[in-house]
Amino acid sequence: MDTKKAFPKKWLLSLLLILILATLPFYTNPYKIVSITSILMYVCLTVSWVMFCAPTRYMSLATATFFGVGMYTSGILGEILPFPLVVVCGGFISFLIGLLTGIICLRLRGFYFAIFTFGLNELVRNSVVWWEANVSGTVGRWVIILESMTIYYYMLVIVLLTVLVAYFLRRSRFGLILYSIGESEEAAAHIGIDVTRYRIIFFAVSCFFMGLAGAVMATKWAYIDPRIAFNPVLNFTPVLMALFGGVGEIYGPVLGASLLTAISEVLLSRFPYYYMLLYGIIFIVVISFLPDGLVGLTRKWRKETTDAIG
Amino acid sequence: MRILEGEEVTKHFGGLAAVHDVNFEINQGEVVGLIGPNGAGKTTLFNLITGSLRTTAGEIRFKDKKITGLKPHQICRLGIARTFQTVQLFGNISVLDNVFLGSICGTTTPTRTPDAREKAMTFLELVELSAKKSDLAKNLPLAEQKRLEVARALATEAELLLLDEVMAGLTAPELAVATGLIETIRNQGKTILVVEHVMQAIMAICDRIIVLHHGVKIAEGKPREIAKNKKVIEVYLGTDDYAQH
Amino acid sequence: MIKLVLDVIITSLIMGGIYSLIAMGLNLQYGVARVLNISHGEFVMVGAFVTFWAYKLFGINPLLSLAICGPILFVIGLFAYRTLFRYLRKSSQSVDIFEGRSMLASFGMLYIIQNIALLWWGPNVKAYNFLNYPIHFFGLTLEANRLVALLFTLVVVLVFYLFILHSNLGKAIRAASQNEASAQLLGINVHRVLALCFGLGALLAGLAGSIISMMQEITPVMGFPYLIIALIVLVLGGTGNILGSLIGGLILGGVTTVVLYWQPDLTLVVSYAIFALILIIRPQGVLAR
Repeated sequence: MDTKKAFPKKWLLSLLLILILATLPFYTNPYKIVSITSILMYVCLTVSWVMFCAPTRYMSLATATFFGVGMYTSGILGEILPFPLVVVCGGFISFLIGLLTGIICLRLRGFYFAIFTFGLNELVRNSVVWWEANVSGTVGRWVIILESMTIYYYMLVIVLLTVLVAYFLRRSRFGLILYSIGESEEAAAHIGIDVTRYRIIFFAVSCFFMGLAGAVMATKWAYIDPRIAFNPVLNFTPVLMALFGGVGEIYGPVLGASLLTAISEVLLSRFPYYYMLLYGIIFIVVISFLPDGLVGLTRKWRKETTDAIG
Repeated sequence: MRILEGEEVTKHFGGLAAVHDVNFEINQGEVVGLIGPNGAGKTTLFNLITGSLRTTAGEIRFKDKKITGLKPHQICRLGIARTFQTVQLFGNISVLDNVFLGSICGTTTPTRTPDAREKAMTFLELVELSAKKSDLAKNLPLAEQKRLEVARALATEAELLLLDEVMAGLTAPELAVATGLIETIRNQGKTILVVEHVMQAIMAICDRIIVLHHGVKIAEGKPREIAKNKKVIEVYLGTDDYAQH
Repeated sequence: MIKLVLDVIITSLIMGGIYSLIAMGLNLQYGVARVLNISHGEFVMVGAFVTFWAYKLFGINPLLSLAICGPILFVIGLFAYRTLFRYLRKSSQSVDIFEGRSMLASFGMLYIIQNIALLWWGPNVKAYNFLNYPIHFFGLTLEANRLVALLFTLVVVLVFYLFILHSNLGKAIRAASQNEASAQLLGINVHRVLALCFGLGALLAGLAGSIISMMQEITPVMGFPYLIIALIVLVLGGTGNILGSLIGGLILGGVTTVVLYWQPDLTLVVSYAIFALILIIRPQGVLAR
């Protein structure tokens, strides 16, 4: 094997990118750091979503729920435990609730799974609102405050972890099994795949990373309440970002989330009154004209170039 | 030795009895045909054996162990595999990986990936698809897709194979290949239960034939006996499918 | 005591009727046209605002507004289907993919409609006084506007019910919702029916919004909770089962009203709990055949 080609370009590029990101705070202003942290958050959520939902073709609309669980874990445990442990707890509790969710909606597929997860978010949010109003007497929670640079590095590590796990999962036999479940659950079951177990476990795994992100990001807002933590919009944005980027390769959701977050930040600052309108139009345009996302586009271009060259 | 038996197997859908009080015995190494007009309950019976459907009543035993109530993946690991009437391949996965999945998921002994890949290749060679190992399954022509499904089923190291209309839609030369394949599998010591409408094939390869009609077993015996059975002839006459056979 | 019971019953019927209308609208859009229209609640909001402005600017009686709202929303719905969803349908390789894409596209529509509403009408809560005086009969006192709302809700629901059951178009719709391929074979122009269904769905939402505006305050962000309720009723009655949505809406209206009088903070929790339970136990709908 050609030793030069043995270390492919994409690894070099990725390493370079990581290096740039790791040293970023030393040559950019704090405002940019906050923006990029936001991008990292969306990348994490999108890659987590893609991890399970892309191969199995189950559309989960409950990303906000598990993100919110992570946030509340931060709020509750933030002053009791050292922060790294709080983050891990956030992930772990999200994992457990993800397991529970998976077990509850065992038999649901397609439309029913999607709206169940959507309704789940609403149920959790309203339950927390009710709990806070009638049982605990508080409204929302105060979270410990961290420096934006600290938050940035935490998110960077989490994103790297998420992307690595997603990447290796996809190339492993488990990734193949998940993909086969998406292709034909019936056939998968008949060749010995315990579909239910895989669904439950890997759904929960994707929730773990959402919880990690939530636990960290809670410190950015310093005060969280059910409205912020379980914001229904967050159920849809990772899906849109995954669509935009395309799910054929791992860089798809990363690219999609980064670009779309950057675009929406620009829109929000430049056109605060038209923000939703423009975002909605982008949404519709992406869905209509980019069915395979950016990954699909680059694949087409590459194919057309090689076809042209002959 | 009895490998599969069904005792008063019954399945109701609402008020309709798709399968009713069917008793059957399959012995190891046999090739048994399951025939009957459309809607007779053949695929339903397959679904009951593999666990995709739960029986309303009755029991099915595999190697003297009760399997009614088990899930499909558990039954597969015990040693029963099947193909589907409408081919259910993993279309966007490569030909080799389709079989590879069978090797790693259907067997009870854990296998390392390179070993499983090798084993998968042997099954591909058996069905003469090794040249297309990197092609996507959905790009294969129908006859090859059916052979791939058989390879995938074999990869699970099943002892009992349920083939659901594996000959449907094949041309004459393809039929010959398919028949030869079944012979080869039988010679490896597997037991095969075949649902078919292609009569010549059934008559040629089966040791025994079971006939279902409206969910009830109406006849059973050697191919020659079945061909002369009055009830069977009555049931088939008048349906266009069988006019030529 | 009797007043309380009567209050509950009347509110149940009003809310139930409104929920039925909105849910039947969504059912037409999803059960038949297979578009899970996340922006359905926004059509309710638009209906409410059109009625409000018709009253405030031109002094048009809100009851007459029903006749204005309906067509406006019908046209909007038709337009949305003809431009966006028909394109998505053509460019999707399977119905499942179409369902996913159209749901996401409708989310974009939600953003667009809400933003336009916020820009045009401002974010503030609005209300108008219409028939706010009490009516006395049989020793009881009830507000006129609620009574009128009740009457009109039940009339609209009944009219629609009869339409679905007996008219040719209604039958075509039910045929298309049960089996599109067979409906096509029967000579039904399915594509036109789908567009009509989407428009009708928007119409029903608009009418519901109109009636709501007679009794409650309205704001540009009022739509989303109604979408959720429509989803719950949809699941309760079974997708594609228009009559199921009718009955389901009344049931949910009754249940939520009772909870409202007992423990108001729990109304949403109870609604979602019902939703989750039905999906877990009997996803095809409690009222499905």
